[in-house]
Formats: sequence, structure tokens, C-alpha cells
Amino acid sequence: MGSSRYRPVIILIAVIAAIQLATLVSGKAFYLTQLTMTAYYSLIVIGLCLLMGFAGQISLGHAGFFAIGGYTSAVLTTLDLAAYRDTATAMLLTRLHVLASRQDLYGATMLSVHPWAACAVAVLLALAVAWAIGIPVLKLKGHYLAMATLGFGTIIYSIVLGTQRFGAADGISSVPPFPLLPGASVSGTASQRVLNYYFAWLLVTAAMVLLVNLINSRVGRALRSIHGAEDAASAMGVDTARFKLSTFMLSAVLAAVAGVFLTHFNGGIGPSEASIMKSVRYVAIVAVGGMASIWGTLIMSVVLNFFSLRGYFGTFDDAVFGGILILIMLFAPDGIIGSDLRALVRKLLPRAETVKKPEK
Amino acid sequence: MIELFFQYLVAGLTYGTIYAIVGIGFNIIYNTTGIINFAQGEFVMLGGMIAVTLHGFLPLPLAVLGAVAITMIIGGLIEVTFIRWLVKPSVLRMIIITIGISILVREGALAVWGEGVRALPYFTGNEVSSLELGGVRVSPQVLWSIGVCSVIVLFLNLFFKHTMLGREMRACAANRDAAALCGIPTRNMITLSFVLSAGIGALAGCVVSPITYTQYNIGAGLAIKGFTVAILGGLGNSMAAVAAGFILGVLESFSIWVLPTAYKDAISISILLAMLFIRPSGLFGNKEAMRLKDF
Repeated sequence: MGSSRYRPVIILIAVIAAIQLATLVSGKAFYLTQLTMTAYYSLIVIGLCLLMGFAGQISLGHAGFFAIGGYTSAVLTTLDLAAYRDTATAMLLTRLHVLASRQDLYGATMLSVHPWAACAVAVLLALAVAWAIGIPVLKLKGHYLAMATLGFGTIIYSIVLGTQRFGAADGISSVPPFPLLPGASVSGTASQRVLNYYFAWLLVTAAMVLLVNLINSRVGRALRSIHGAEDAASAMGVDTARFKLSTFMLSAVLAAVAGVFLTHFNGGIGPSEASIMKSVRYVAIVAVGGMASIWGTLIMSVVLNFFSLRGYFGTFDDAVFGGILILIMLFAPDGIIGSDLRALVRKLLPRAETVKKPEK
Repeated sequence: MIELFFQYLVAGLTYGTIYAIVGIGFNIIYNTTGIINFAQGEFVMLGGMIAVTLHGFLPLPLAVLGAVAITMIIGGLIEVTFIRWLVKPSVLRMIIITIGISILVREGALAVWGEGVRALPYFTGNEVSSLELGGVRVSPQVLWSIGVCSVIVLFLNLFFKHTMLGREMRACAANRDAAALCGIPTRNMITLSFVLSAGIGALAGCVVSPITYTQYNIGAGLAIKGFTVAILGGLGNSMAAVAAGFILGVLESFSIWVLPTAYKDAISISILLAMLFIRPSGLFGNKEAMRLKDF
């Protein structure tokens, strides 16, 4: 059964490589920048797909987790602790590589948190917030859940926008590159473009493998049972609260990781990344992708994010996503990869729900 | 000090009226349809914006009336276009559709009116005129907004309790199937609920516009405040929403004393979250009444 589950993953890897080669051949390597950003946004969206499509819990605040990741990393890596260089704590932390010296724009030496350490803090913080918020919020249903998550997103947005340390309306800029290996880093420099493209999509591929396995496991069946009928699932012995919470936390971590790396890639982050419109956009993409189809969601995420980032929607960017939401929900609540198309796609991309053919 | 206290109180009451009206708007639609209209705040924005535009060539009372009428038509059109023909839509679907509507209305407003901040002139007097009430100076517009809010509440009370149409709407709220069996055109009642809540939202938007100003993007913030109020009062209970509106407005206003203004929204939303976690039936509601609702 393993081979059919991983076939789409292999196709994905092939497509990733093919696109890179295509941009190389056609001399349009600049597309890779948007495709890299698309990858990070896709990471949030597939996490949200697991939460919405499989566990059946809507979140209108996922941009908040993205912002928690991005802003934590941005604040910690741009913090200048040079004044505390000689304190015992700072020396210990430097030895542990938690703090690292680097040159700022003007050549002065500054001491700030190492990006890896900042990333760990960001992920832990996102986990902690998701846990603390998730326990009460996931008890809610329907409109209450939607409003509570919307409220969470709005709180993060207004904190980010109203706090001087977070750069208020300007956001945080001059975030340093994120070192991966010697000579390789997550940054916006043109020489690292191909590497960044592959790194971002590697993360997406890894997340997809994780989610595909999760969906096909006992956990995935438990989640679908929660989506179908929570009370029945509970009666059958599924610990609904725990499954919902861990899904929420997993999707929050994916969003935070996306936030961390996109911030280093862009060299900064602004409050618009935390805005409600972003959260709504992620929900829109999951809806278009067919709610309970991570492959459909990934495909729509790539298409819509790429067009949006390339500026094809112009000033109607938000309106396009609003319109998509309405049209999809009115005419095709199961996504545009509708029944006919879906049957076709199912042949090409075996999905979680597909009944497994008997093994020969 | 005491003067400042009253300043904050009055400011809180002013914002409280608009929150209350948005909360009532939520309740009207919720009661007839069981859905929460996330586009509720946009009606307030539309009312203010249309009135400002109409005021360019019409006297103020006509501009306000015109704005209310146009917003009511828009509210009705929204229902007929997007909601009327859906057969038993799921809650998730309705949430997403109304969010989509709110985005489209906001982006439409941005295209029509631009990003500028607009305001109607003061209904009586101007920015500096004030009335002395027991030693406290109050802008006449504050009295206008509180007065209009009271009239709206009174009108709704009379409408729902003493007119045939109002009673039919309440029947529809209590049990839609039974109402349909009694020959009540339930679909029309739903359209009417959108028209009504658009109308009161627009009226509130006009009245507070001189003080709070109007911009294309105020709707989403108002919607979440209005929902907070509706929850505080207990979803579906319009009279309680008025009290809750004033409570929220005043709390928010006094929060400026201890925290920067930028966190004002965070305060009121924290109240919403706390309410949802601790007492989702509202300050004045009870659990038994909650169970009667259909989710």
C-alpha cells in the first residue's frame, strides 16, 4: 500500500524539479522567488486543511500563528545584546551558540540570538499559544468557534500593530539570513535563489509526507470521525478533545515554521501578515481545494498564491479571494475539483478517502 | 479628574450605542435564520458612506433617510442573491459566505469611496458646541446617537410584539417549519430580517458618523464588537444587547486609562473570548434558553 500513498509525493518532487528546470531553460529564474514564498504560504494552508477538512474545525486566526513565528524570529535575531556581552549569562549562551555575533548593516558588531535558537523559541511559543488557546476555543462550535479564532487573530494583529518593539505599522526589517549549512542560508539574495526554492519545497514535501501518513493512520480516521459526528466519535472512545487540540497545535506549528522561514527569506515581516484578510485567504484556499483534500488544497494554494504574489489580481487581490470564497461556497462547497474532475484526479492522485484496491 | 471620568463615560456610551445596534442586527438575523451574518458591520459603514455622498446634494435628513433606504435595499439584495436559494446550508458554509460578502462589500466601498476618512456634519451645532448636563459638558451628537438608539429599540419592540409582520418573524424564529405550516412565507421573513438589520445598522452608522468617522474598512472591527455584545447579552436577546453594548463601550473607553489606545480592540476581544469560554450563554442568558437554539 505504501507505493500508491507516495505516488503523489513522487509526482510532487518531479514537478518541483521540472518547474525549476523550466525557469532555468526559459531564463525566468525570478519566478523562483514567488514560488518560494508560495511554498511557505502552502505550508500554512495544508496545515489548516488538516484542521478544517479532517478535524472539521474552522480557524480564522491562522495568520496569527504565522505572525507569532515570524515576529518571534525577527525580534530575537535583530535584538542587539552587545551591551551585555560580558555578562556571564551572555557568555554562556554564546558558547552554547544560542547567541551569535554578526555585523550589522553599518559594520558594527552586534550580539543577537542565533536564528536556529530563535526558530526553536518561535515554534515553542506557537505551540504554547496554540495549546493555551486551543483548550478553551476547541470546545466551541460553529459561529462561536469562528468568532473566537477570528478574535484571536485580531488580538495578535492589534498587538503587532500597536507595539513599538514590533515596529508597529512598519514591521521589522533587516532580519539576517537563516544559516542552513556553511555557504547556504535562507535569504533573499539572488545567488541563493535556487537553493531557497528547493529548501522551501523540501519543507512542503516533508509536511505532505507527514500529513499523508497521518491521514491514513488511526489518527486520520479518528479526525474524520470527529468531522462526521463528534458525539458519535466520542461515544466510540475517540478522545475528541485531544485529537482536535493536537491537530490545532500541529497546524499552528506549520504556520509558525512558515512564518520563521518566510521572514528570513524576505528579510523582514510587516503587520499585514497578521491581518484577518490573510487568515481568510488561507481559509479560502482550503475551501477551493475541496476542504478535505490536501493535494487539492496544495494545488490551489500554488495557483492562487503564485498569481497573487505575481500581482495578477492587481488592486482586486482581496476582492478576488472574497469572490472565490462566495462562489465556491455557493456553487461547489466540496471544492472546484468537483465530482467529475475529482474522479479524474483520483485516478492520477490517489487520495486519503480512496478505497484501496485489493492487493494482487 | 472627575471631568475626565465623565468624558470617558460619554465616549464609551457613544461607542456603546453603535455596538448595541450592530449586536441587535446580529440578533435579528440570527433569530430568523440561525446564522451569524459576518457582514453586519458593513451595513454601518455603508450607511455612513452613502449618507456622506448623498449629503453632497441633499439636505441632511433626506441624505440619512436615503442612505438607510439604499442600505436596506442592499441588505435585501444580498440575502436574495447569496442566501435565499441555499437549501439547508451548513453553519461553516454560511460563515464563509457571509465573510466573503463582507470582503466584497468592503472592497466595493474602497473602489467607490477610496481610503479617505469621511464624516457627516453634526446634526445640531458643531464640533465645539456642547450641552451642559448636571455639570458635565456633552456634545449634542452624543444625545442624538443615544436618542436614536433608544428609538430603534423601542420601534423594534413594538414591531416584534404588536404588528402582524413582527409576530410572523418571531414565529419564524421560534420554529421555522411550524411557521411555514401556518402559511407564513418564511423565506420572505428571512429577507425582511436582512432588510431590517441593514436599515438599523445604516441608521446607526449615520448618527455616529460625525463623532466616530466612517472609512471603508470599519465594518470588520464593528462586526466583531457587535458579536461580542450579542454574546455578552446572550445571542438572540436584543434588549440585553443594548445593556451589553453600553458595558463594552464604557469598558473599552476606560481601558485607555491603563493601556495604550492601540490595545483597545484587544481588550474588547479578550472580553469576548473570556465570555465564550466561561459563560457562552451571556451575562443575562441562561443555559436552558441556550439549548433551545439549534446549535
